[in-house]
Amino acid sequence: MSNVLAVEGLTVNLTTQDRSFDVLSDISLTVAQGEILALVGESGSGKSMTALSIMGLLPDPVAAVTSGAIYFDGIDLARADETTMRKLRGNRIGLIFQEPMTSLNPTMRVGPQVAEVLELHKGLKAHEARARVEGIFALVRIPDPKSRYDNYPHQMSGGMRQRVMIAIALACDPDLLIADEPTTALDVTTQSQILDTLRDLQAELGKATILITHDLAVVAETANRVAVMYAGRIVEQTSTEQLFATPRHPYTVGLLHAIPRDEAMPGEGRGRLVEIPGSVPALWNLPKGCAFAPRCSRATQQCQDSRPSLVDIQPGHQVACWHPVEAEI
Amino acid sequence: MSALLEVEGLTRHFAVTNSAGNSIGTVHAVTDVSFKIGAGETLGLIGESGCGKSTVSKMVVRLVEPTRGAVVLEGEDINKVSFSRMKMLRKRVQMVFQDPFGSLDPRQAAEDIIAEPLLVHGMRSKSERRARVVELMERVGLRADQMRNTPAAFSGGQRQRIAIARALALNPALIVADEPVSALDVSIQAQVVNLMVDIQKELGLSYLFVSHDLGVIRHISDRVAVMYLGRIVEIGRTSDLFANPGHPYTRTLMDALPKPNPARRLSKKRVPRGEIPSPLNPPTGCAFHPRCPLATDVCRQQLPALRPLAGGTQGACHHAA
Repeated sequence: MSNVLAVEGLTVNLTTQDRSFDVLSDISLTVAQGEILALVGESGSGKSMTALSIMGLLPDPVAAVTSGAIYFDGIDLARADETTMRKLRGNRIGLIFQEPMTSLNPTMRVGPQVAEVLELHKGLKAHEARARVEGIFALVRIPDPKSRYDNYPHQMSGGMRQRVMIAIALACDPDLLIADEPTTALDVTTQSQILDTLRDLQAELGKATILITHDLAVVAETANRVAVMYAGRIVEQTSTEQLFATPRHPYTVGLLHAIPRDEAMPGEGRGRLVEIPGSVPALWNLPKGCAFAPRCSRATQQCQDSRPSLVDIQPGHQVACWHPVEAEI
Repeated sequence: MSALLEVEGLTRHFAVTNSAGNSIGTVHAVTDVSFKIGAGETLGLIGESGCGKSTVSKMVVRLVEPTRGAVVLEGEDINKVSFSRMKMLRKRVQMVFQDPFGSLDPRQAAEDIIAEPLLVHGMRSKSERRARVVELMERVGLRADQMRNTPAAFSGGQRQRIAIARALALNPALIVADEPVSALDVSIQAQVVNLMVDIQKELGLSYLFVSHDLGVIRHISDRVAVMYLGRIVEIGRTSDLFANPGHPYTRTLMDALPKPNPARRLSKKRVPRGEIPSPLNPPTGCAFHPRCPLATDVCRQQLPALRPLAGGTQGACHHAA
């Protein structure tokens, strides 16, 4: 399978009135056709910044790429001008945002909001676009596409609005899809329906997809590969099966244990969840060595003095840790 | 054993008017909800948006008055007592909210936030208040030397610790916690859940713990009530409810929850049907019938009452065993 996207050594700097610091450091990842790569991490880990960098939507001039490259179809997006990016965004790179209520225009019917994308990028006339949009609505499992086309966003449920967002992202048949917390704002039964549709679409269309989420359970049920982010860096990257079976970075292990889950439940509650002590450090005040060291039970002097780089611990499994957790036998 | 809190037939309907002030219907936010919470016990209240769980929690602290029904705290109906008596009762029930960014005054120091209930309830001496704040901050895992900082200086998890300290200030018998960990990252969520469990063990207080998160509810609750469109559809001991969910909606919720198990990615899942109907015009009969795999004619016509089910819980379903 060929890579649709290759990010190489991406570093992004943020400069505010008070300080200047890196929000992303040395990010490298690839996404192949037909693959869902999950970027998982807690708030401030850099997962959304990575997506913004790929889309060329970094807040200008506060944030800027200082080194590295983002290759998409032979173009380095990190250095592409705004005209080039405008032709790609919404056309060859589709985006699904978290909040369907605030991402849709409340004063405009939903159909034309999808048609707009086709008129802009594909030069379709309004009536041609309408037929295409109805087809896309059917594809994303919106029942009764013909009448739904004329709904306003407030006339739809949260789940249906999120389907409209997915329709906008897929309208131009993009090569790369970026979904930023696509189910976080939804109820659990609606989330289950949307995830099911995303899986079906993946099987039918085989788009290269980047799924951004904080929820490891969503990762488990959706992604082929996972990159775990912490404080602006990728700390572990491998296949989904491998990550859940033998997580090696202490942060990943901590995250997995912190989820209250069925098997680990002693029935009547009252047990303790495994917590990761402390909190995520401020990006402008990172420790000299490993950023996770102050919260890590395995940390040694080496971890405080020097930062581990992301290396292959076995084929297809990369970890940035001096003392990775042993693989279970 | 007499219950600390007894909620009986609690109902809250909201009239909806159009811009001309004419009635266009009634939102059945909560209908006929009854439960008890014993001393030292945690009742988990779970459901999706619009199921009425937050309205129930607000009625328990009398932030919303019920249309019908009673909230009886330590033998007294809180909606029938005088203003001054209510002020006394408020010391017994405190609340922790979801959003630690919105529920704390950004211009107040942590000390003043935590001390405010003490001041309101008559602790005049500043040195006494400070001593209590120090004790509370240490109890919830904050450093007392941070007490003059405003909320902006604290992380989300630390802010929720401040909110818990404020709730504990008056030694309440019951804490109503409405989605207290939903806004927090998973590693921080575990810290706050553990803190709440520790405090309960130490002080013997009760929780009404409201959440949409099955995993957290299962972890912290002795008993669980599942709400759907304003009514309790199933209630029982946590172990019974999770081992033998009787109501089809409870089972739907459990199936729908993503699990941290990649083997499920490739397996075919039962996906819930349809969507939550509007509480403005709830379906007739059992409100879950349009989405229910077991629904028959009786479900469309008759409202099922809660009754004992084989798995040990009480469920409101015509067909559950």
